[in-house]
Amino acid sequence: MKIAIASGKGGTGKTTLSVNLALRAAETRNVALADLDVEEPNSGIFLAGELVHEEQMFRAVPQWDNELCTLCGKCAEVCLYNAVLKLGDTIMVLPELCHSCYACSELCPVGALPMRERNLGHLRHFRLGRLDFIESRLDIGVEMASPLIGQTLDYLKTQCPEKDYQFQDCPPGTSCSVINATKNADFIILVTEPTPFGLYDLSLAVETMRHLGKPLAVVVNRHGIGNDAVFRYCEAEQIPIWAAMPNQREIAELYSRGEVIYTRVEKFRQGLDAILKQLDSLPEAP
Amino acid sequence: MKEIVIISGKGGTGKTSVAAALAFIVPNAVMADCDVDAADLHLILKPEVISSEDFYSGVKAEIDPGICLGCGECEIVCRFYAISHANRVYKVNPLDCEGCGYCFQVCPAQAISLPQQKVGQCYFSNTRIASRLVHAKLGIGADNSGKLVAKVKKDAKEEAIRTGREYILVDGSPGIGCPVISSLSGADFVVLVTEPTLSGLNDLQRVWQLTAQFQIPAGCIINKADLNPQITARIKAWLAQNGIWHVDDLPYDEDFSRAITLGQSLVELDPAKWQPRFARIWQNIIKELT
Repeated sequence: MKIAIASGKGGTGKTTLSVNLALRAAETRNVALADLDVEEPNSGIFLAGELVHEEQMFRAVPQWDNELCTLCGKCAEVCLYNAVLKLGDTIMVLPELCHSCYACSELCPVGALPMRERNLGHLRHFRLGRLDFIESRLDIGVEMASPLIGQTLDYLKTQCPEKDYQFQDCPPGTSCSVINATKNADFIILVTEPTPFGLYDLSLAVETMRHLGKPLAVVVNRHGIGNDAVFRYCEAEQIPIWAAMPNQREIAELYSRGEVIYTRVEKFRQGLDAILKQLDSLPEAP
Repeated sequence: MKEIVIISGKGGTGKTSVAAALAFIVPNAVMADCDVDAADLHLILKPEVISSEDFYSGVKAEIDPGICLGCGECEIVCRFYAISHANRVYKVNPLDCEGCGYCFQVCPAQAISLPQQKVGQCYFSNTRIASRLVHAKLGIGADNSGKLVAKVKKDAKEEAIRTGREYILVDGSPGIGCPVISSLSGADFVVLVTEPTLSGLNDLQRVWQLTAQFQIPAGCIINKADLNPQITARIKAWLAQNGIWHVDDLPYDEDFSRAITLGQSLVELDPAKWQPRFARIWQNIIKELT
């Protein structure tokens, strides 16, 4: 079963929950954890595993062959991203705008725009006992995170099939990278904090996940700060709250050092166990 | 006119708290919330919307089943697996469609259209302080958040020119991808807000590499500095090594969540404590700008 851990607001505790939940679950189950926050992946800070595989990930972009080109301009005409431009007797490719659709390359009548690989990021696969951990790291300056997220999920599909749980640590927000990190998931856990920022961004995330037709539950982090508006919102929207994790400076300090929380903070472990009990009782994915 | 962009790499380090506090220090600024898919600045500035505008960018394919011949050319060329069929009826899954238009090019029956997509809404507002606020709301599941960021920045700039305002303060989004790259374009100064956690440091280093590619001068505020003094010291050493100006430290303080809960900026919550602090931060930023 694939569980995406998302949030609207950044810094609410997605990574903390993902890492601790995956480790706790892996004590008795076969688990995969994917860090899909490829722009700023941090799960790996908390996990010391054995590196079993790594690879550079690529994306295809066209490269102009001026020997073959007849300057007909078809490529620039079909590219809706303005990534291929005809400037006088030159075809200019702007790879950062390219979405790798292949239209210019394959519709070129003389094959003057062959697709070439362009660096996208780096994938690493670690193993810690019964936990497979996969993280991808977007190269600095690459605009689009979604292709790397998609390729990382493809890797999981072939290399880590048949896990009891596949946890997906998602990027913050509600934009296309979040859609790509959640659209394959069977269930969504949204992490929030009980403040107006947390609530507003949660409501955006709920709207987004409902648009995708995903079943979801909420975990409230840093319970004790703010007010009870998040709880009232979830009740009104009939969204189950699976756990409320305590707000403790000790947790923030453990996190700051890259340490696992649940082995040290009893209340946090109880919260994880409550979440796992809920997950275990979900109907099997089709 | 100078444009100052506040970013962090990691989410939740306090970008919006810093932006909201500075909004109460900088008189007559144009505030721009460029965290378009999780915008929160309006929850503090409580804007009164003067005008709003739908923003369109990009297309998605649609197949007219009355015209479609069922040949399947579109499904063959689509690299995004956005087209599927059942009983020779072809349809586009809008969540997977990237709007490249390749299917439109190859359809022999012209059964495919490419309607423009509404990316979101852009707002132009008065706030309860003298500043104007330009903000936006990304549509549910919409692509092109970078384009919406560019639109917010363009509107903010036009407003600053029109009304003769000296500063644009931009609250950015987390990460290092297209919305962040878009918010950096044309910026005069970048404020990096970080926290002394290993994640905060890791993300700061990545977002700084991006900022350096744009050659924009930057300074760093270490928020929650007393949470982990060892990592704070590591961040300071790293800043010094890379010639990045260390603007100031802010403490790990429940005032941050208290102010957010009350819908106030820190400067309003406790002026005696926070006003001098942010005034000093702002004075120092101005000095760096000139």
